[in-house]
Amino acid sequence: MDSAPVTQIATIDYVVMAIYFVAVLGVGFGLRRVMKTSTDFFLSGRSLPPWVTGLAFISANLGAQEVIGMGASGAKYGIATSHFYWIGAIPAMVFVGLFMMPFYYGSRARSVPEYLKLRFDEKTRTLNAATFAVMTIFSSGISLYAMGKLFHLLLGWSFDVSIVVSAAIVLSYILLGGLTSAIYNEVLQFFLIAFGFAPLVWLGLKSTGGWGGLSARLSEIAVARGMPSGAYTNTWQGMGSAATNSIGVEWFGLVMGLGFVLSFGYWCTDFLVVQRAMAADSMTAARRTPLIAAIPKMFFPFLVILPGMIALALSASGGSGTGQGLIPAKVGPGGGPLLDAAGRIVLDYDLATPMLLVHLFPSGMLGLGLTALLASFMSGMAGNVTAFNTVWTYDLYQSHIRKGASDEHYLWMGRAATVGGIALSVAAAYVAGAFNNIMDLLQLVFAFVNAPLFATFALGMFWKRSTGHGAFTGLLSGTIGAAIHHGLTLPAGAQPGIKGGYFGALHTYPSELAQTFWTAIVAWLTCTVVTIIVSLVTRPRPESELGGLVYSLTPRPSDAALPWLHRPLTLGIVVLVLTAALNMVFF
Amino acid sequence: MSGAGGLDVRLPIGGLFSVLGVLLVGYGVATRGDAEKYARSLQVNINLWWGVAMLAFGVFMLVMARRGRVMGPGGPPPPPIS
Repeated sequence: MDSAPVTQIATIDYVVMAIYFVAVLGVGFGLRRVMKTSTDFFLSGRSLPPWVTGLAFISANLGAQEVIGMGASGAKYGIATSHFYWIGAIPAMVFVGLFMMPFYYGSRARSVPEYLKLRFDEKTRTLNAATFAVMTIFSSGISLYAMGKLFHLLLGWSFDVSIVVSAAIVLSYILLGGLTSAIYNEVLQFFLIAFGFAPLVWLGLKSTGGWGGLSARLSEIAVARGMPSGAYTNTWQGMGSAATNSIGVEWFGLVMGLGFVLSFGYWCTDFLVVQRAMAADSMTAARRTPLIAAIPKMFFPFLVILPGMIALALSASGGSGTGQGLIPAKVGPGGGPLLDAAGRIVLDYDLATPMLLVHLFPSGMLGLGLTALLASFMSGMAGNVTAFNTVWTYDLYQSHIRKGASDEHYLWMGRAATVGGIALSVAAAYVAGAFNNIMDLLQLVFAFVNAPLFATFALGMFWKRSTGHGAFTGLLSGTIGAAIHHGLTLPAGAQPGIKGGYFGALHTYPSELAQTFWTAIVAWLTCTVVTIIVSLVTRPRPESELGGLVYSLTPRPSDAALPWLHRPLTLGIVVLVLTAALNMVFF
Repeated sequence: MSGAGGLDVRLPIGGLFSVLGVLLVGYGVATRGDAEKYARSLQVNINLWWGVAMLAFGVFMLVMARRGRVMGPGGPPPPPIS
């Protein structure tokens, strides 16, 4: 890690960053007087308007994984990466807003695991809360690690200093202003990321000769890699068979695995995002939160995926020559470029977006672009930490360690959990640095844990017969089912081990993504079947206890009093029509 | 209503973007004609032009925050949902 940094930045760039830090801390100070009860701290007193919670809804997810990861996937797979938005996130966000939010918000649960406690039982809640708490800590640690590594590489900053300083800033503003402070800063970060990346895409397209020039260059690259010429610039055209598209998945695996199981599992059940909607000031506002969020979200591919595609297409001037476009090769153990099993050079795709930033922005704008990157790392971390402190305090501490204490005590615990959560994130960042494989392993385990979740929530909300025993065994067997499926299959060209096949390779998938999507499908199916069977042989809860928790026993939220334009259903339909149009344009 | 307990979120957003906008405009004016610096951005003085855009957005947010404060919580209260 001790090679010379990629670039150096000027005083003006540091000034831009410093102004941003002042604004972030200023928000925390501005809010410190209103943090009086635990509801203020954990739920923003349920007082925020929907456009604020909506922007926070997507911004909490706009961490390193989104900004760096989607750029990397853009360079790797091209515009097909927008399936993660146009078949993945958006339909799921419409579903959670229209159909699930009435139960989260209406049940007055303070967290997603608490909904499981109200609907099912304590053990299902504890299982979900404990796995969720561990995952948030590691996600926030991975985000920190990625940030420290990236800024060391780009600017030569000290890994330790960048980690400690950004952790300290996030810690201060959450301690001062709780969830409101995190949400306000997420809105700020949203605009900063939009304003930091929009000119990057504009300059990038200008330098590749517009979309036409970019497509022409990318089709040359696609053909050179043995794919149809439109592989990087079309989303659906090659989806008939795994061999004719860049992501190596056929349409059914894509629509079921990514579109249905994984996206609904994340956007409809992950407390990190749902917490933002729960902070809204009314039921209508809570339902509109994900719908409002969906509108900017559907245009994100242009902001975060295009930079990766442009970085692949632009030719580097005076580069080392081993990479492609602006993207350098990964460094192998011998110091030369890393080669895969087939002898091809492995590119460090994670550097696609940062390299484009450095390539196109002069000092001044470069400061803004780097600040946008920092903002994305910090909003991802703050999102995880605020979700962690709530789940820890309400679902683990209050229900298992200390019941019935004063509200003041839980507010204190929430602050302590914030400090603890951030300290653990920093520790996780160092673990990630020391043992890279441990992180791969953990992310794999997280995938197994998350995959069956949507089945549990869907059955809980829409089938009144499902029981606590059913949900608990269903969740566990879904996770085990995912692990078994992963252990019996391999992506093409991989060795048994972390990539799967540890129980023997029965089936080979054309790509890693195909394997991931099918693992999710298997987990979801296992969880659904086991939950149904166990529910049918265990005693159901009386219907009188399930009002407000199950669809058939809850009065429909009436939107008749709202002007039709403001109704969640209208908004949902508009979002779906626009998304369908985007799919058609880039078909 | 645009915020919990006093602070309107549009204030810090408006403030940050106005300050950054002024800074970038100033820097863009000071460095205009610097062909070497703007070779990266295809000879577009991106600092100046994007600074103007950010300043406009910042001022818009400040104006909206001020209007919200003067007029109080805008619009009728949301209808109760059973």
